[in-house]
Amino acid sequence: MEQIAMRFDNVGVTVAGNRLLTDVTGTVHKGRTVALIGPSGAGKSTLLSLCNLLRTPSAGSVYVEEKEVREWPVQALRQKVGMVFQTATMFPGTVEDNLAYGLRLHGQSLQNPEALLENVGLSTDLLHKPAAELSGGQKQRVALGRTLAMRPDILLLDEVTSALDIHAKHDVETTILDVRDRFKTTLFWVTHDLDQARRVADEVWFMAGGSVIEQGPATSLFEHPNTPELKAFLSEEEEETK
Amino acid sequence: MTFLSLSFTLLFVVVAMVLSLWLKLGVERDLVIASVRAVIQLLLIGYILKFVFASHTVLFILAMVALIVGVAAWNARSRAKTIPGVIWPILAGLVATEIATQAVLLGIGVIPFQARYIITISGMIVGNSMVAAGLLLNRLQREVTNGEAEITMVLALGGTPKQAIYPHIKQAIRAGMIPTIDSTKTTGLVQLPGMMTGQIIAGADPVQAVRYQLMILFCILAGSAITSIVIGFLTYPRLFTSYQQLIVPK
Ligand SMILES: Nc1ncnc2c1ncn2[C@@H]1O[C@H](COP(=O)(O)OP(=O)(O)OP(=O)(O)O)[C@@H](O)[C@H]1O
Ligand SMILES: [Mg+2]
Repeated sequence: MEQIAMRFDNVGVTVAGNRLLTDVTGTVHKGRTVALIGPSGAGKSTLLSLCNLLRTPSAGSVYVEEKEVREWPVQALRQKVGMVFQTATMFPGTVEDNLAYGLRLHGQSLQNPEALLENVGLSTDLLHKPAAELSGGQKQRVALGRTLAMRPDILLLDEVTSALDIHAKHDVETTILDVRDRFKTTLFWVTHDLDQARRVADEVWFMAGGSVIEQGPATSLFEHPNTPELKAFLSEEEEETK
Repeated sequence: MTFLSLSFTLLFVVVAMVLSLWLKLGVERDLVIASVRAVIQLLLIGYILKFVFASHTVLFILAMVALIVGVAAWNARSRAKTIPGVIWPILAGLVATEIATQAVLLGIGVIPFQARYIITISGMIVGNSMVAAGLLLNRLQREVTNGEAEITMVLALGGTPKQAIYPHIKQAIRAGMIPTIDSTKTTGLVQLPGMMTGQIIAGADPVQAVRYQLMILFCILAGSAITSIVIGFLTYPRLFTSYQQLIVPK
């Protein structure tokens, strides 16, 4: 039997009377990559932020390794479930300071910053450069390295390549996949790039209007969409890329 | 000074009003309100103080000090309505400042335990701390709004709320203290402090007046530091939920 990394059980999120998520149910297995797709405002980021308790569900439960997120010690949960955002926020200091930032929060130090930098596809020359001087793609890789330094078992990725140009996008994507294969990391990956979802995902969840409308293996979901919503979304996206 | 001669100085307000009307500055109304409020508030406080000074009752002294702290706390809170329950950290900061400064002043005997000293000096120290508290809270809200991404990033890396907010608390505490520090630096060069001026006009020896003024300045400096630090560190937990999520002030 496959082990479960994360499980959503009838999850709802309501903020100030607005229903951001309704009745989300689903399972992410260990070592798998699940891509979250759907139109803007569908609730993808909201669903992601439930997994490391940056938001609290108003209804239902979210389990990480079969333990409800609210029962986890918060710090331990966020070490286990790492997150990378669309825009890479650099802290004041050098690239090395930034890579070590997460570990230092926990009173640890970064053993081999050079290796980590190479892991995310950056030259070790950059180690002592002020992080603020990096390009967008370089910053995103440092942000990725900073999260990877914590050795998360689960990685939440929120449109991490959408602010990057085509080359940087491929590099970052490859880096993430390398890490996944090496450490058997579970990936929960929000992307609005359907080709990227095809390339990286084992399974795809399609969200719209705060609900998960369709879930399925990446191979079949794109070829045989079941719901009219997904069909409409796919043909719209295809129009755009043409 | 007689009441009549005081009334003549109202002419200055009239001059200011005429100028405002003539140049269309639009501040006549505020000038009237400000003058009337100043007259009423100060006259009232004059009579209350006269009564309290005459009565020599400890209870009255404490009641006056409590009133000063209460009004100051309420005033500072108006700068930070978006932070729930912020009145408590403010009260704690002002009370700590009042107790610490009065304990030293009374303890080493620089002032006697008399209403005329305790109430006036409390007013000056707490008043300044109130301004520091307002500046701090104002800055803290801005720090949180502008620094949301950084704070959230630290939390997402498993940092504690304290680790996430610390650089921002530091900035806010500095913002609360800097005006006091700066005005202390130039004191006597640009303007003579009000208390000293008053004492000298009333016929006191300038050297003696300077000593009192320095004492007050040191208390005000210490007070702004105590207030800012206490409020800073008691307020930040109110910016996070029990699950260590940032609450962004709206
Ligand atoms: N704090 C909040 N209060 C009220 N509404 C919110 C709040 N946060 C997000 N929303 C709304 O919730 C909906 C879902 O937002 P979410 O960020 O999860 O969408 P998304 O699928 O990630 O969209 P995008 O692709 O644009 O990033 C949006 O309509 C958004 O405006
Ligand atoms: Mg989003």
